[in-house]
Amino acid sequence: MYLDKKSAKTTGVLRIIAIPDTITETFTNCFFYFFDLFAYSTLATVSRQTPHLHSLLKIRNRIPGPNSQTRLMKTSLRTLLLLPLFYLLLSCSSKVYSPAVPAHAQDRPVAVTGAHIITVTGETHENGTLVVRDGRIAAVGDAATVAIPADAEVIDAAGKVVMPGLVDSHSHIGEGDGGDRSAALHPDVRIMDTINPRSDSFRRALAGGLTSVNVMPGSGHLISGQTVYLKLRPANTIEEMLIVVDEESGIYGGLKLANGTNPLRQPPFPGTRAKSAAMVRAQFIKAREYQARIEAAGDDPGRMPPRDLALETLVEVLEGKRIVHNHTHRHDDVLTAIRLADEFGYRMVLHHVTDAWKVADEIAASAYPASIIYIDSPGGKLEAINLLPKSAPILEKAGVDFGFHTDDPITDSRLFLRSPAFAMREGLSRQTALESVTIANARQMDIADRVGSLEPGKDADFIILSGDPFSVYTRVEQTWIEGVKVWDIEDPEDRKHATGGYKVNRSGGHGHYHGH
Amino acid sequence: MRFSSQIFRPTSRTSIPDAVKRFVAQPAAVLTLIATLLFLAPPASSQIAVTADTVYTMEGEPLVNGVVLIRDGRIERVGTAADVAIPDGYTRYNGAVVTPGLIDARSVVGLAGYYNQEHDQDQLERSNALQPDLRAIDAYNAREELVGFLRQNGITTVHTGHAPGAIVSGQTMIVKTAGRTVDEALLDSTTALAITLGPGVRSQFDTPGTRSKGIAMLRQELIRAAEYAENRRDEDPERRPGRDLRLDALADMLNGRLFALITAHQSHDIMSALRLQREFGFLMLLDGASEAWMLLDEIREAGVTVILHPTMIRLRGETENASFTTAMKLEKAGIPFVFQSGFESYVPKTRVALFEAAVAVGYGLDREAALRALTITPATLFGMDHRLGSLEPGKDADLVIFNGDPFEYTSRPTHVFVNGILYHETD
Repeated sequence: MYLDKKSAKTTGVLRIIAIPDTITETFTNCFFYFFDLFAYSTLATVSRQTPHLHSLLKIRNRIPGPNSQTRLMKTSLRTLLLLPLFYLLLSCSSKVYSPAVPAHAQDRPVAVTGAHIITVTGETHENGTLVVRDGRIAAVGDAATVAIPADAEVIDAAGKVVMPGLVDSHSHIGEGDGGDRSAALHPDVRIMDTINPRSDSFRRALAGGLTSVNVMPGSGHLISGQTVYLKLRPANTIEEMLIVVDEESGIYGGLKLANGTNPLRQPPFPGTRAKSAAMVRAQFIKAREYQARIEAAGDDPGRMPPRDLALETLVEVLEGKRIVHNHTHRHDDVLTAIRLADEFGYRMVLHHVTDAWKVADEIAASAYPASIIYIDSPGGKLEAINLLPKSAPILEKAGVDFGFHTDDPITDSRLFLRSPAFAMREGLSRQTALESVTIANARQMDIADRVGSLEPGKDADFIILSGDPFSVYTRVEQTWIEGVKVWDIEDPEDRKHATGGYKVNRSGGHGHYHGH
Repeated sequence: MRFSSQIFRPTSRTSIPDAVKRFVAQPAAVLTLIATLLFLAPPASSQIAVTADTVYTMEGEPLVNGVVLIRDGRIERVGTAADVAIPDGYTRYNGAVVTPGLIDARSVVGLAGYYNQEHDQDQLERSNALQPDLRAIDAYNAREELVGFLRQNGITTVHTGHAPGAIVSGQTMIVKTAGRTVDEALLDSTTALAITLGPGVRSQFDTPGTRSKGIAMLRQELIRAAEYAENRRDEDPERRPGRDLRLDALADMLNGRLFALITAHQSHDIMSALRLQREFGFLMLLDGASEAWMLLDEIREAGVTVILHPTMIRLRGETENASFTTAMKLEKAGIPFVFQSGFESYVPKTRVALFEAAVAVGYGLDREAALRALTITPATLFGMDHRLGSLEPGKDADLVIFNGDPFEYTSRPTHVFVNGILYHETD
């Protein structure tokens, strides 16, 4: 089918565009482009209005509230009207490539040759070739075994290192925000609604080789809001950057939780750790009851509970469709986070996990992955006095699935590779270090089927480095997303984002509310 | 090291020879020294031989297969393995690279503590925007965890004291990162007055609320200090004003006994600092200087040394235009500069000058230039190159053994010696 709804939802944009061979086709493609965005917005409207669980979706379609009913009707009409036009346009186009990305679609195969290619999940190729077609990896391997397509644009990367685009599981780039001081729990709040797609912080992250990022609200709340998984494609709208992980519900992010001292404040915030846990538990119990009422309503619209954005989000968490990203530092807070996740059976990633080295076996036994941070000194807050680079090798030994994050602006996205490198000082293996900034983090965001390694069929997100990824002397030279070069150190404007310059990185220190 | 409380005269920047003279004149102090050295003496021999593939002496070319002999806390001999035989009885240590102990040219460690709680934050007094009378020695916690943390990372000497954030926040001093008390650690009790220009002050105080008010307040106080100093020299004791600790300190700065350590990040604040220096003629250190790369000619002409912001400083507000390449540009422009850990209000509670230099090297600064800026340049700047900054017979035995390139992320200091004593051994 021409309109690939599935991948549209997956990427957050429609993966269709034609190759403009002639002016006529280019003209046609302009139509396509607008169509795509428009069609996508209608699809997005559907999925956002019913952004939730299978059962919920089914029932709500039958008994939407007055507003959503109207919107759904409009949506359906629009979609019906559009379909014939799609087919009309399809018949006009001689070459159609899918998938691709409208804003910066790859229009020609690309072959990166001669590079030291680190696939992360497979072999490392000393003299490797990476072939990219339609935004995806077509082939990767030794030069002798990979054929270069005749029409490919060849990128000579002799002497360079190629590896997957980096995946950051915890960042605050994009100038977004989360919940306010009116409550300690804001599951209904979406950071997606506040992010500035033109933020220079995205360019800065590209300069560091980051291509997929979990952008989160802060840790000053027990629940500060919904996070968003982004591809750092140059974009004017946030929708163009989304990585949708649940095609049915349209879920494109996780949920940020925090425990420990950051959320402790005056009421309505908790004043103690035990109160924090009680408040989170109470909220999840309400969500369970809400979920039960929806299920009990069955096919009877009259028995459906009124829509509650906060509880709907928590039901997504309870059903395993939305991952909890739980900020936690002290060893006992880590265990509390595990206790609550176990009680409610939700999926969780432990974030920061400063004291991880003290409870590595307990974390391993829990099977929750960890997203850790490296900071240049311990201290600065009571919970961070044990933040030591030895955590990573200890977690590795204990068998914990873990990765690093930037927490940008806490650490700078441009220097993300420093974090695993400092852990290597302490004994972390090179392979785990490579995984800790790529595939391990992709797993934490449910996007490991698409990013985090160089494998045929995956998104062609890769970086070209001047040398070893863990050397201070190595620079990221190019960043590619879905087969399109989106950052190049040879471009003077791009280079400024790597080094700094006048009014270049103005949101680089954009903070978020941590509490204290 | 100094042990006499006499050296803590409020504002005098005591020169080393003075200190030695006073010191030797006090039998009690000498006894204290002996007792202290006995206490601090390492369990092993005080005769140490350090060997490495590369020894950066900072005196000429690096030595290949170098040897450094240490005896009684000082460097005894330096040379290649072919030239220097290791005598019997010397404890041997070996590594890939040896450098002199590193010098952090601007920090707040010992005053701004590890826990970041009210009780361990003494870097900025907020009752008054002009407090040149605040001495660093009265607040320095020699046993603060972050001091040990810096030492573990190869920093053996640190210029530390009051933080940026006030027009004059207080005094700074120079200490070794070893020693159980400030007295044991001290190299110079009163090095500079910490002065801040720009928007960083107005967030701390009701007044100054603007840049120009801050500069007006500073100029007025400096003029008062100059008049005070003049009047203090009046032949008629009756006409001499009573001692004023604040004006004492400012007068010492005007007389060149203390540096004016001026933190200024934006280009117009840097220009204001240079303007003040021309007006009052003090010895100036330009601190921070995020936009120094825009003013290379002006800074070079002013002849000031730049204590460059941490390379990885966060880009916000007045530091938004900071660049990873500034150190390289300063080097190319022939402007002397040194590295610092700086001040952080949150995390990391201290940076590490070595790591900041490493990123500058990664972005084009010559490696040996970076090492100079961590060793001999700050030693010379602070008038301590007779004791610190290079590996030369007679100098303090402060040195660091690395298991690889000192700037590489994946290599690290394995041994840190301060005054010939091994403090860290991590391999």
